[in-house]
Amino acid sequence: MNEPASVLRTPPAVITAGVDLLAQTLRDQAVDVVPVDFTPPAFDDPAVADALATVLADPRRAQANAEAVRRMSDVRAMIVDVVRAGDELGMREGEFFHAGPPITWERASGPMRGGLIGAMIFEGLAADAEEAERRLAAGDGLTWSPCHDHDAVGPMAGIVSPSMYLFKLRDTSTGNTAYCSLNEGLGKVLRYGAYNDEVIARLRWMADVLGPVLQAAVRATGPIDATAIVGQMVQMGDEGHNRNRAGTLMLLREILPALVSSGFPSADIAEVCRFVGANDHFFLNVVMPTGKLMGMAASGIPGSSVVTVMCRNGTDFGIQVSGTGDRWFTGPAGTPVGLFLAGYGEDDANPDIGDSAITETMGIGGMVMATAPAIVRLVGGAVPDALETTARMYEITEGENPAFAVPILEFRGAPTGIDVTRVLRTGILPQINTGMAGRVAGTGQVGAGLVNPPRECFTAAVLALAERVGR
Amino acid sequence: MAEHIEVRSGVYFDSVTLLRISQSARLAAGISDAQVAMATGLNVDLARGMGFAVPEGITPNDLLITLRGADEAAIEAGIAAFETAVADALAAGRTAGGLGSGPTPRSVRAAADARPDASLVLLSVPGPAVLGEALDAIGAGRHVMIFSDNVPVRDEIALKDAAEQAGVLVMGPDCGTAIVGGVGLGFANVLAEHDGAGVGVVAASGTGAQQLTCLLDDAGVGISHVLGVGGRDLSEAVGGRSALRALRMLDEDPATARIVLISKPPHPAVARAVTEAAERLSTPVSLILLGEGRPTISDGAAAVLRDLGREVPTWRTWRAPAAAGPGVLRGLFSGGTLADEAMLVAGARLGDIRSNIPLRPELALPAAAAANGVPRLAGLGHVVVDLGDDELTRGRPHPMIDPGLKLELIRAAAANPEVSVILLDVVLGHGAEPDPAATLAPVLRDAVGAAGRPLAVVVSLCGTDADPQGRERQAQALAAAGAAVYASNAEAARAAAAIAAGSEGAAT
Repeated sequence: MNEPASVLRTPPAVITAGVDLLAQTLRDQAVDVVPVDFTPPAFDDPAVADALATVLADPRRAQANAEAVRRMSDVRAMIVDVVRAGDELGMREGEFFHAGPPITWERASGPMRGGLIGAMIFEGLAADAEEAERRLAAGDGLTWSPCHDHDAVGPMAGIVSPSMYLFKLRDTSTGNTAYCSLNEGLGKVLRYGAYNDEVIARLRWMADVLGPVLQAAVRATGPIDATAIVGQMVQMGDEGHNRNRAGTLMLLREILPALVSSGFPSADIAEVCRFVGANDHFFLNVVMPTGKLMGMAASGIPGSSVVTVMCRNGTDFGIQVSGTGDRWFTGPAGTPVGLFLAGYGEDDANPDIGDSAITETMGIGGMVMATAPAIVRLVGGAVPDALETTARMYEITEGENPAFAVPILEFRGAPTGIDVTRVLRTGILPQINTGMAGRVAGTGQVGAGLVNPPRECFTAAVLALAERVGR
Repeated sequence: MAEHIEVRSGVYFDSVTLLRISQSARLAAGISDAQVAMATGLNVDLARGMGFAVPEGITPNDLLITLRGADEAAIEAGIAAFETAVADALAAGRTAGGLGSGPTPRSVRAAADARPDASLVLLSVPGPAVLGEALDAIGAGRHVMIFSDNVPVRDEIALKDAAEQAGVLVMGPDCGTAIVGGVGLGFANVLAEHDGAGVGVVAASGTGAQQLTCLLDDAGVGISHVLGVGGRDLSEAVGGRSALRALRMLDEDPATARIVLISKPPHPAVARAVTEAAERLSTPVSLILLGEGRPTISDGAAAVLRDLGREVPTWRTWRAPAAAGPGVLRGLFSGGTLADEAMLVAGARLGDIRSNIPLRPELALPAAAAANGVPRLAGLGHVVVDLGDDELTRGRPHPMIDPGLKLELIRAAAANPEVSVILLDVVLGHGAEPDPAATLAPVLRDAVGAAGRPLAVVVSLCGTDADPQGRERQAQALAAAGAAVYASNAEAARAAAAIAAGSEGAAT
């Protein structure tokens, strides 16, 4: 809480919101006016307005939200290991994790189906796509559940199968652990729903070589401070969602000595270096579990309206909010607007997919677009748009994270802790930078662009928060 | 010689910023060495070279703070300078827009972030949207005036409780008038400046406060502040939350030598609580609580003047009332409290007066009369309408800004043979119409001329000589159109009632 202003002396400036006549009378008296560009929230449903008022008036809210952001900012995510998913998380054969809120096969989008099909082939549970699809549609002892239910996050389709390797991160502040798969690169890759032989062969190499080599390097290097790297990459022009170039190279720099001296065949080490170095998104899969740890730290504070998860499964967009724990609030996923790879267009794009919106949940990605002028064109904008976008995001976030500082905004901390009440009050939706997957299973990536969550998620969350306020 | 070594995790500044921060710490009194830097190998070596016992195991991602000074006091000064420099570095971003000034704030919080010096927030957003913006203001430690009406009472209570916690004042909702440190907010008259301590006003009544301060201004009394608290503040539900706070603030204010609390009829229990609180203050408090059998605002102003040892002047009038036969009184008011007062004064002479803000429930206008937003008043006897009431302002501007509805009702009253006197208020000051007489005078002249019978018009003119509309000019124009004009609303009501009762010209 700020110090109360001293009243009863001439105010040097007055903030005004509403009819301009009242602002004009102040200007007529030579008082400096700070106008607010206020637009009333438009709710079709009076119950939402009522719930919003109930949540706003909840006396716990201010402190609970400040606490949520404090906990997010206190997270110190360390890369502690690289592990095989089946061993670490006790996954049984035929068990998969996926991105976004829960989804059935019937409602699953093309890339989600493609990812599951590819994982079936990769795990040797089906000889080809037809067989995989038939078994998945039939159920057939196969199960899949959200990564988020297992303290994990997965980009795009986000498929995790038992043989895949995961980054394992631990927060020194809470002791929480979070996981994320290893990044496969761009183009024809499983997470975009592709599953041809090239995709499966790469997954095998990642399980046979990349995973074990990284494991040895990380174990030898010791815990690696992911939060610190994220802070530095944001200062170096990465927004941590669609651009992770600096982060990737900083990670490589950290593990390189241990990599070289790991005792693995030099050809394997060279291939690992080539793969990681050539993949500008490799570090995204470390940023994401860092964000997951931040969301986990902030979750479960009674009365807090801060968003702790944003994710999508290609069909639904889902959020979780601190005050309502792990309850999902969903709405239809939008289709990103942006640039397409050669040969693809708008009709090829699938609706929004992936757990990577955890980067925006933690306050970076689209939220700090201003820091990444190099990518604003990729995601369909100009530099001033990027600045304005980030400035807008401060309107809907509870706080700022000084650990992730934006140089062009005088090193202002990243806008952190999206507050559902502010989203509804201002009508400003969180900005998400994202990749675009092909609509048809097996296609892969078709482009990258910008997307917003559907408003329904936030109205549903406010209704649920209001139920928990005894008013 | 004293030393301070501290390691902070989770903070990252670039080296240039850190050089600036180090420099600030070094300039603190008694500090000889200061280094604030990320704990890179080089910086750790530097610190060790300066003789600091830097702990093992710190990483380049930690912030290392090393200070050396003459004594503990110097170290404390160094730490304070360091913390200030860090806070400044963090705050610099608040107002930064990157290239250019950045977009206009969309919420009060963003505006408050950008302007720490703006101590007041004035809200006139739709009532249901007030809560979030006002909580933003309270959270930022700013005082709020809420002009908006139609704010749910539970929101009002939540806001005033939050304000009490934060140590700020919420004026309103439905607060039309405030004057803080000489700055008028909403509808406010321009008061003369006076030396020394003046009268501070706490008002649960907008036009009541305007009438009171205008009369005191006419009598040469200085006003320190007018703190509106909103018409519902002294209701049972709200319990005088803001009035109690405003009384305490004025009590502590050196520019205030005497406090006047003016309110529409308060809830008896709240009136008791406020009275008791007033008695505990060191500043003398006068209460003007309007109601049946109670003193008028003009009486209250006179009492304040007597308490101050001043002479009570004769309140100004322009032109005597025209002769007219007995008949029905038609009161058309923009100010709710002025309407209340008029009913109390005229009702004492004429008996029951019907109204959309009735003194007693059985005097309410029939539903049919108020349908379609334009009251139809013929056949209802004596009627006083508050045109500023929520029911009549939904979807149109306040009558102090837009006189359209008032003009329509003047024409209707003139055309109704039952009516022998029209009583109306004209309120001047900031926020009000720029030249009310310009629209009103021709309508009055035409209406009286076309009435075909003696019809008196009495105007209660609330304003000061310094108001931008020019009180004298307004009064002359209205008088020239045939209206009798009174600075005292109570006197205007008394004159109008005398005409309606058949004792013509009985001005006071």
